[in-house]
Amino acid sequence: MLAVFCISCGVPNNPYPKSEQNAAIYYNTFPEEPKHFDPAMSYSSDEYRFIQQIYEPPLQYHYLKRPYALIPLTAAAVPQPRYFDADGESLPLDAPAASVARAVYEVRIRPGIMYQPHPCFAKTETGEWLYHNLTKADVKGFTQVTDFPMTGTRELIAADYVYQIKRMADPKVTCPISSTLEDYILGMKAYADALSNGQVDPPFPGVEVVDRYTYRIILTAKYPQFVYWLAMPFFSPMPHEAIDFYGQPVMKERNITIDRFPVGTGPYRIDTLIAHKEIVLVKNENFRIEHYPSRGESSDREAGLLDDASKIIPFIPKAVYKLEKESIPRWNKFLQGYYDNSGIPSDTFDRAVAFDDTGDPGASEVLRSKQIALRINVDPTTVYFAFNMLDDTVGGYSEEKRKLRQAISIALDNEEYIEIFLNGRGVSAYSPLPPGIFGYLEGPDGINPYTHDWDPQSNRPSRKSIEEARRLLAEAGYPGGQDSKGNPLIISFDNTWTSAGASAALTWMRKQLEQLGITMESRTTDYNRFRDKVKNGNFQIIRWGWHADYPDPENFMFLLYGPNSKALQDGENAANYDNPEFNRLFEEIKNMANSPERLGIIREMNRLLQRDAPWVFVYHPVNFGLSHQWLKNRKPTSTGYNTLKYFRIDGEQRSKSRQEWNQPILWPLWICAAFLILGTIPAIITIWKRERGTQ
Amino acid sequence: MLTYIIRRTLYAIPILIGVNILVFLLFFVVNSPDQMARKILGEKNITQEDVDNWKKQNGYHLPLWFNTDVSGSKHFTETIFFQKSIKLFVFDFGTSDRNNIDITSQISQRMWASFAIALPTFLLGLSVNITFSMIVAYYRATYVDFWGTILAVILMSVSALFYIIGGQWIFGKILRLFPISGYDAGPNMFKFVALPVVIGIVSGIGAGVRFYRTIFLEEVNQDYVRTARAKGLSERIILFKHALKNAMIPILTSVVSTIPYLFLGSLLIEAFFAIPGLGSFIIEAIQAQDFAIVRSMVYLGSVLYIISLLLTDISYTLVDPRVRFE
Repeated sequence: MLAVFCISCGVPNNPYPKSEQNAAIYYNTFPEEPKHFDPAMSYSSDEYRFIQQIYEPPLQYHYLKRPYALIPLTAAAVPQPRYFDADGESLPLDAPAASVARAVYEVRIRPGIMYQPHPCFAKTETGEWLYHNLTKADVKGFTQVTDFPMTGTRELIAADYVYQIKRMADPKVTCPISSTLEDYILGMKAYADALSNGQVDPPFPGVEVVDRYTYRIILTAKYPQFVYWLAMPFFSPMPHEAIDFYGQPVMKERNITIDRFPVGTGPYRIDTLIAHKEIVLVKNENFRIEHYPSRGESSDREAGLLDDASKIIPFIPKAVYKLEKESIPRWNKFLQGYYDNSGIPSDTFDRAVAFDDTGDPGASEVLRSKQIALRINVDPTTVYFAFNMLDDTVGGYSEEKRKLRQAISIALDNEEYIEIFLNGRGVSAYSPLPPGIFGYLEGPDGINPYTHDWDPQSNRPSRKSIEEARRLLAEAGYPGGQDSKGNPLIISFDNTWTSAGASAALTWMRKQLEQLGITMESRTTDYNRFRDKVKNGNFQIIRWGWHADYPDPENFMFLLYGPNSKALQDGENAANYDNPEFNRLFEEIKNMANSPERLGIIREMNRLLQRDAPWVFVYHPVNFGLSHQWLKNRKPTSTGYNTLKYFRIDGEQRSKSRQEWNQPILWPLWICAAFLILGTIPAIITIWKRERGTQ
Repeated sequence: MLTYIIRRTLYAIPILIGVNILVFLLFFVVNSPDQMARKILGEKNITQEDVDNWKKQNGYHLPLWFNTDVSGSKHFTETIFFQKSIKLFVFDFGTSDRNNIDITSQISQRMWASFAIALPTFLLGLSVNITFSMIVAYYRATYVDFWGTILAVILMSVSALFYIIGGQWIFGKILRLFPISGYDAGPNMFKFVALPVVIGIVSGIGAGVRFYRTIFLEEVNQDYVRTARAKGLSERIILFKHALKNAMIPILTSVVSTIPYLFLGSLLIEAFFAIPGLGSFIIEAIQAQDFAIVRSMVYLGSVLYIISLLLTDISYTLVDPRVRFE
């Protein structure tokens, strides 16, 4: 029966319907159910992969240019702030931050941008809302927004952006960045408080509609990084019709909410959402004319990334995302051609990646035979060990304490860690700033002089010797890892490392510190307890990481700004580092545009951090991404996820490869069947004999 | 029988209350509402104000068990325990904490996928286990019995994960006979369901055959079997007609108690085969600290378990006329 089934199927392991065989559909996976598709609530890259294809904030990042550059999306131009002092007098762009009392951003959006077809806009012939007064009977059996037969649309207007900013302030929406924005947007906190107290439509002077296509945001301080927020989904437009439509009680009962079914102006819209199985996006029929970029980096033309320059996008009519929680089936289906791109699971790394004579990684022979391309991209992320600066042993700002932390920073050999535990998928870190962020320096100027020297012969950084670390430790008052009374130095490492590979990593850390005579005590706990310990400043060393919200050094340096102390202020400064000089410099660069002056201050800040060593700078992760030959125009990016519109699929090439790679092998089935029959015969004979013997 | 069913149903009420208290206690010993909020809101840029706002919006701002700020019965009713528990008893599961999805609707969508895997695995597995165990019992004290038992021990010693990954590797990757993972309702379902069902059956054969073999061997040593043999009945008829009928009580006990799992799904099979069932629903909820889903699923599991035990008792009367509900 199995054999008959297999023969009848042609390629029986194909998980997709035959009707999709040659179509230029994009197939990918997602590892867990997305929590929020409401742009006011979503704050995760796994969710941004979907909603950034649908929602359009005013700005976006250029797809090909590096370092990342902001360009308009629905806006006519990237807005330039206008500054005013306390008396309302206009100030120049380079005005000192202290003199700025108001920063005004006026965003003009392009006219003629239409929303996707959606039932929230549907009207009767007499102009009444068709679906804004629904009963249970009207939505009986509905599970998708596409179950509504009628749709409508309307033009995008400035009021939609203003409405969304007001939603972010609404306590009922639980926007994760509302408290951050309240520090900047004029009157946002008062507006939120008034809503909490039941006031209807209270005043919100920080946002206003100027005209049909222009809106204004007023900040209470100079904050040049604000434009980066305008490229995040939080600042996407929200039509009030959508909230009215989804806000009906019968819709919530059917799980058809704004948090699941976005309404946007982007190149795609949601066709099917079964979050525990699959998410299907299809092309937005109302999407405007937009073109593929015609300029990029110098290497982009050679890589074929400019082959479609100036062509109308999007190319792909439909994208199917399947929930795959386990890496092994996902990887095998990618190799069979059923997913168009993939990461590399750590246990298959050696089979997927080969290093050439110069140590540069490339696709292995097996993958090259399938013409699978490997693309490498450094994440704007920094992984670090944080010392608790409030701790009596490892914290503090005296010379001895600095030397103790510097010695530990040398002993924790990150280059070795990256090789052993990450298969080389990391760039050693020397400061909080990852590559691609303004202020990151390569070469001798970029290294941490307290942990590394520059080796002119190999033209690479070289870690200081363990003898140097021992010397520093002795100067710190712990010669041989013992204090003046002969007590061994014991340092606790708080962590949540419970996975299979964690014990090896902990052993490695212990071994590294034992070279200095330091005993490391691992305190492994569940995440809740760990978080509480960090929040209360009850730890000595932890490991943590930070992924950039936007590509600006301020978004990393604020992690060490004193008033952001985790233990004292519930901020993001987990090390509780509080150096007045660093704080002063941070306040300077925080409100500066990129310039040589800013670069100079950042270098100074890095030197302070490298000297004080509140962090052991560990690494910046490197993503190894694989894609099949038929997926065109894929350039890895870690900032801005609205990339689907640039991809192109060669459906016929994919279909041919799938046919070739997935022909079923049937002969083992025939052998099994033969063995089964042969094995049954003696049993039948025995039964027959027994029956004859007893009857 | 009706009186018996009513009595058992009434017994279920304190059990369900007890289960609910236990779940509440265990959950909030490990997680405080603040920790829940921080887990659900995410790690970045979250302040205590955000946490307090989330708790208020989701009803976790109240005291856990006893509210000292109010008077009278509100001491108990204006608490998280009461507010979150009372609706369970009318099967109003509410919405999930992490994304406000209607839980009842999620359960009703997901249970069919679990059922599509679990029902054929259960029925075919039962048939295979009983057949194999009867064959082994038939050949008792021979090399077939000896090697059959050894094979069963080996099969039950192998991890279920090995069967899953091995099955995917051989049938999905090497022989390319089935999709490695995935699920589709409707006519395409067979090609997605076949491999997980086969793996589910094979992984259960070892334990099943050993269990049922023991039951059958006990039966074949009973007096009525000796009488049947003395009457000249063939061994086949004795085993398949008489012994099987009399072994039904222990078989039913084990079989009916597995009914809840048909709906609640299998975590490993569903995760590896990307089956959108209920198996991973509760595990994901525990990881996400989604108390609303955890309590709903535990409550549902308890109800199904109580029902299945009741069905077990009722089924005894069908297979053994001597059993009476007194």
